[in-house]
Amino acid sequence: MKFTRGLKDGLPIALGYVSVAFAYAVQAVNQGFPFWFPILISATNFTGTGQFAGTNLIAAGANLGILFATLLVINIRYTLMSFALAQKTEDGFPLWKRAIVAFGVTDENFAVAVRQPHKLTFPYLLGLMGCSFCGWLGGTALGAGVSSLLESLLAGGAHVYYEMQMSALSIALYAMFVAIILPPARDEKPVLLLVLISVAASCVFYFVPALADLPAGLNIILCSVACTAVIAAVFPHKEEQEKMQDGGEE
Amino acid sequence: MNATLSDMLLGCLVMFAVTYATKAVTLLFAKKEIRSAYIRSFLYYLPYSVLAVMVFPTILFCTSSVVSGIVGTAVAMILSFFRKGLLPVSLASIAAVFLTEFLLYVF
Repeated sequence: MKFTRGLKDGLPIALGYVSVAFAYAVQAVNQGFPFWFPILISATNFTGTGQFAGTNLIAAGANLGILFATLLVINIRYTLMSFALAQKTEDGFPLWKRAIVAFGVTDENFAVAVRQPHKLTFPYLLGLMGCSFCGWLGGTALGAGVSSLLESLLAGGAHVYYEMQMSALSIALYAMFVAIILPPARDEKPVLLLVLISVAASCVFYFVPALADLPAGLNIILCSVACTAVIAAVFPHKEEQEKMQDGGEE
Repeated sequence: MNATLSDMLLGCLVMFAVTYATKAVTLLFAKKEIRSAYIRSFLYYLPYSVLAVMVFPTILFCTSSVVSGIVGTAVAMILSFFRKGLLPVSLASIAAVFLTEFLLYVF
């Protein structure tokens, strides 16, 4: 599990992040923030949903308590992801290395890291997270830098194509998620079942008015914890794979 | 927007503190190996559920028209079903959305 392998695995994530971070920065600058603000946020946070929500709240002049609570609800899922990653790190992972790796925990980095058949090494995680972070930061800087320029250049008729392009880019990360969950759902019945009931639960939260008003992020916690709890109880996961890996090299 | 410089800096500090804390707390302090088969199964399945909840149904409405959202989703699902990689799926889906919106605009 080398650094270069991490870089390679991080590349598709980085490319996906460029478009999302770009869109985030454009939105922030359009809201009236100076161009350095979204860059500062991306450099210190490295979280999509939380940044979108937090930046909107700051723009709206919300107090720090509400900002704190909203970010906590949206990001609490990372606690579970880090917990799962802690189980997968190789022995002798000192605290300072964990402190660095913690910063790079995102949905996509987690999804890729946790699916590795081997124990996770520090160089691998550094490559994976460093690569995707460069995409995140680079995309933000690019979006912040060119958004005002693009808008003035693409005024009038061409503005329509700019809108189309931004609209098309917004599906990038979701499509990647689909590519992550569909193949294992094809192979494993419990995963397929889990995905189906998770989607159903998510739709209930999305379309039922009273539930749709809940803070963004809460639906992710409630649906995923409830659905996973049921599937894990009905279909205990057999860990043959892990036994095999312990012996062999890839 | 009515945020001052100190609003921005304090806001950023709060966002950083909460985000880093949620990411770091279990990675730093929960080092014991989990033996419970149930919890191990739970942690194995959880990411699929989290991703499924985040994607659906939002993916259908993330573009500027539901039609292009449905086309983009369909393209992503078909290519993923045939085990195409993350990047090809993503690029094909972006192209499908752009093309759909272009056609909707022209006709």
